[in-house]
Amino acid sequence: MQTSAQNSILLSPFQYLGKQALITVNSLGAVTIFFYKSFILIFRPKQVTGILRQVYHIGATSSNIVMLVGLFTGMVLGLQLYYAMVKFGSEGVLGSVLALSLFRELGPVLTAIMVTARAGSSMTAEIGIQRITEQIDALQTMRIDPLRYLVSPRIAASIISFPLLTAFFNLIGLLGGYVTGVLLLGVNSGAYFNRIQSSLVMSDITGGIIKSLIFGAIVSTICCYQGYFTHMREESSGARSVSISTTTAVVLSCVLILISDYIVTSFYI
Amino acid sequence: METPLIEFRGITKSFGDRTILDGIDLKIYRGQISTLIGKSGTGKSVLLKHIIGLLSPDAGSILFEGRPIEEMSKKELEDYKSRISYMFQHNALFDSMTVFENVALPLQQTTNLKQKEIRSQVMDRIEQMELADVVHRYPSELSGGMQKRVALARALVTNPEIVLFDEPTTGQDPIRRNSILTMIARYRKKFGFTALLISHDIPDIFFISDRILLLWKGKIAFQGTYEESTTLDHPMIDEFLHSLEGFHDELTGLLSKQAFRMRYDSIMKPRQKAKTFTAIVFRLELDLLCQIMGSELAYKSFRTLGEFISTHMDNQGGFSARQSMDQILTILPHTEIDEARNMLDVFARGLNSLLVCSNQDGPDDGKQEACGFEINVYAGITESVSNEDIEKILIRAKAVEKVIAQYRCVTRRELQSEKV
Repeated sequence: MQTSAQNSILLSPFQYLGKQALITVNSLGAVTIFFYKSFILIFRPKQVTGILRQVYHIGATSSNIVMLVGLFTGMVLGLQLYYAMVKFGSEGVLGSVLALSLFRELGPVLTAIMVTARAGSSMTAEIGIQRITEQIDALQTMRIDPLRYLVSPRIAASIISFPLLTAFFNLIGLLGGYVTGVLLLGVNSGAYFNRIQSSLVMSDITGGIIKSLIFGAIVSTICCYQGYFTHMREESSGARSVSISTTTAVVLSCVLILISDYIVTSFYI
Repeated sequence: METPLIEFRGITKSFGDRTILDGIDLKIYRGQISTLIGKSGTGKSVLLKHIIGLLSPDAGSILFEGRPIEEMSKKELEDYKSRISYMFQHNALFDSMTVFENVALPLQQTTNLKQKEIRSQVMDRIEQMELADVVHRYPSELSGGMQKRVALARALVTNPEIVLFDEPTTGQDPIRRNSILTMIARYRKKFGFTALLISHDIPDIFFISDRILLLWKGKIAFQGTYEESTTLDHPMIDEFLHSLEGFHDELTGLLSKQAFRMRYDSIMKPRQKAKTFTAIVFRLELDLLCQIMGSELAYKSFRTLGEFISTHMDNQGGFSARQSMDQILTILPHTEIDEARNMLDVFARGLNSLLVCSNQDGPDDGKQEACGFEINVYAGITESVSNEDIEKILIRAKAVEKVIAQYRCVTRRELQSEKV
């Protein structure tokens, strides 16, 4: 009797780990299938209007906030890098370091996190509400595939918008660095731009763009998935489940952005 | 024998270890309104969702025009689904779209029609549902009844052969409930679809249904007409059907059909067979009134008629009940036919003055121009002997019905001059 109790205590962490591993693998599989099915449906007829509408919602309406964040990121980088570099007398390479940081790392990551917070959360909430109010069931009864109508345009629009927003972020970030580095702290203007031009190579730019494409796919898939399966949540229902789904979508997207950032970077270095 | 449009053969469905549908056998015939009734949580919506394909059975077969749907090819299945529409209990309208966009969506997404053609078809449906004034409004800006009409317009815009209604009248007051049911019956007649409803609204639902299907403990315990259900001796009928029907008809305040029959039997059975009594059938041109004044106001008028009958006939020992959507039968067990005729004259004079409306309390908005109409109230009086079948009495009384009063809508000026 005692042995069996001891065994159960000893085994319980493994049972827990095993259960969690199964849930994670299952979820990963479900998300992958969800992405695959939705991605294929992008190329079906009658999708252009929906995609353009979502490009406007995810891309155009996020551009202001992305540029604002880009400006201040560039400015603060200009300040921090200047004070670090001036100690070694290498403030002339400010443009290089700033451009490389922005194009390779900060641009794609911060843009993705900003868009997750702004458009990703709204994707989850909108689809989640449509789910709990039977609007998605209504689409099915009308023979409209909800994945095609609701999810595919959002994934396509994210894949289109994320690189463009990242490009905006980078450009405005460089200007922000110029404001603090050149205008406020007195770095030579010619040296600043010359260093940017000489140190940036095409692979830095494509690496950043590839990252933003991947982030776009991840964020849109996670956010749509969480909204689409809001009703399957066991811990809550109704409006509460939408709120939990939205929070989960944002947190999970941010974590996956950083994890995938590391993986992609390790391939590109 | 006619092949059912939809047939369930031994359909079983379980969720986890809970069996919801346990060998369902049912038949739905073309052009009829069939109503599925049953206790809450017994799987009525689950059953409906099997028809549209939102759920699949664990066992059994669903046949469409005699053909099992699981044997259909993908294309045939698409074709089958395109012939069915589903109206959700809470309408499931797209809340970020206008009325027009809601109704147009199925056509835009599932057909290759041109925008102009879609617009024309959508506007046709919207006008038929009397929604032209709210075409650019959002669902949240509409009343409950209007939202139902938008949902119905969306369900009908693809010209389906079968429309499934999941509790279309739940939570509505008796007037609105009856007006929604009338709307379904009216549009069924107009567009010719087959309807399957889920409803708890007994007895209102009986007036429009051709067939009743009773879901009981995972099985179809009864399917047939209302009349057949009343003669069925089964504990489930007493326990469920009659308890839901209650003793009073909420719309008119008169006896329910069931209570009426019980009263009729209890009075007539002990009497001598040769003893006569009088029956009067009242009928209002409800369909016409609905068209002219809107169904809500029409049902208010019908309720007024019911209350007026109750006031005049009950103190003579009479009892009355609605027998169909627009008919009320009154039995006067202790009144001779001549005396009843005099009573009816007095009744008619009172009713005539009651059924006048002016512009102020008359037709709904947008129907003001309809003033000047006259709608008839009919009454047929007949003599009967104890224990005669109610249906026979109704037929005989209806055969001699004549106009006894008119529902008039006059302009305010006319009303004032009448008063002078």
